[in-house]
Amino acid sequence: MPERIVVPFGPQHPVLPEPIHLDLVLEDETVVDVIPSIGYVHRGLEQLVTKREYTDFVHVAERICGICSFMHGLAYVQGIETIMDVEVPDRARYLRTIWSECSRLHSHLLWLGLFADAMGFESLFMQSWRLRESVLDVLEDTSGGRVIQGTCKVGGVRRDIGREKLDDILRTLVPFEQQCRNLGDVFLNDESVKNRLQGLGIVTKGEAYDLGAAGPTLRGSGVPIDARNLGYAAYGDLDFKPVTESAGDCYARCAVRVGELFTSIDLIRQAAETIPEGPIEVKVTGTPDGEYFSRVEQPRGEVVHYIRGNGTKHLTRARIRTPTLANLPPLVKMLPGCQLADVPVIVLSIDPCISCTER
Amino acid sequence: MTAEKQTIREIPLGDLERSVRELHGDGYRLVQIGCTAIEEAYEINYSFDKDFTFLNLRVTVTPETEVPSISGIYWGAFIYENEMHDLFGIPVTGMNIDFHGAMIRTAQKQPFSVTRKGEGPCRNA
Repeated sequence: MPERIVVPFGPQHPVLPEPIHLDLVLEDETVVDVIPSIGYVHRGLEQLVTKREYTDFVHVAERICGICSFMHGLAYVQGIETIMDVEVPDRARYLRTIWSECSRLHSHLLWLGLFADAMGFESLFMQSWRLRESVLDVLEDTSGGRVIQGTCKVGGVRRDIGREKLDDILRTLVPFEQQCRNLGDVFLNDESVKNRLQGLGIVTKGEAYDLGAAGPTLRGSGVPIDARNLGYAAYGDLDFKPVTESAGDCYARCAVRVGELFTSIDLIRQAAETIPEGPIEVKVTGTPDGEYFSRVEQPRGEVVHYIRGNGTKHLTRARIRTPTLANLPPLVKMLPGCQLADVPVIVLSIDPCISCTER
Repeated sequence: MTAEKQTIREIPLGDLERSVRELHGDGYRLVQIGCTAIEEAYEINYSFDKDFTFLNLRVTVTPETEVPSISGIYWGAFIYENEMHDLFGIPVTGMNIDFHGAMIRTAQKQPFSVTRKGEGPCRNA
């Protein structure tokens, strides 16, 4: 029987932009068991909710993560608005959708670049990040911020996007979509990429569902669950269908993200073309008294913001279940049986966001 | 605003495993397990979803109460149960992967529990 050794993976590793630790139990070069641990950059942001006014905590929520910043803010304000029975103006719902989908686009392009880098495909990495820049330009142009948009507030949004700027975005989307097709073509059809990804890190449909996987990790195994189907923001008014793949391997998870680039482009296009005129916020008075589990589909999957107020200006609890936390058990199931050299690619295939996880 | 209809079902701790097993049998997926400190006790929410029907089982426990793990039913529950133990000090028994208080590797001594602050190490540690 081969000797078992434990190889520490992380918290510092070339493939990990953020610290997570895995104890890999190996028999020769084959992984037989994995124990994950987190906490290297735990910030205790949930606890801050008891010290910041509920209207201010949106700024903290947006800083949970620099990639899905806008959607953390959205999930939080949506929870407060539901508890306080605040009806958000239609235009604000559409603007929230546009910024959400821009966030998803730049997050997926960021991930595609990192994934290409993990595979050793440097030119593909640079091409992905070059494309991402044009999305960041749109975010900066419409919100003033490339990383933190700061546009969500309880009762609506802080900034409007005028007709002229919306038309600019629609014009930008035409060449951008073609560039994404060219990029996606390499990720999905290049033989060296397919050889590297297919059959690697498989999670079956039943396992993904039972393990509580979220986002592309879940949809890559053929489960068509997407929180956008709840109809929050303007998603209920727009035509949308989740992207799924059935193989459950690294290639399938990559294919879902490539497919979602085009879903996001389509949603931005629909929202920009049909956005209603009107106010972008309503005045909110009073304090939240109640509780709600606010769910939003982030680039990495469904995030849950549990919010609870007691009628004062400070909430008593904010509990944030991030998609990466939900995707850790599936990761533990994906790795056994793979080779040590495949670990970086498989770990990256769940698009781990440790910043979110260490909220 | 499209507010989702959500159900919170308060159950005694003794009914937890049976109720979770029933939901598992009905095809619900585990969304999250979260804990809230309320004065001298803790509320634990077990959230499930099936076809966008969001259901919560809620148990209320005192700080020393041992909570049975549901990781035998939902394998991935260990991540939330270890987190609950590390952050709040709630002793969870029978977890399939028990980190004994070391899943969250902070320099700060755990648990970060509000009501148990200053007391000794938590039970699984």
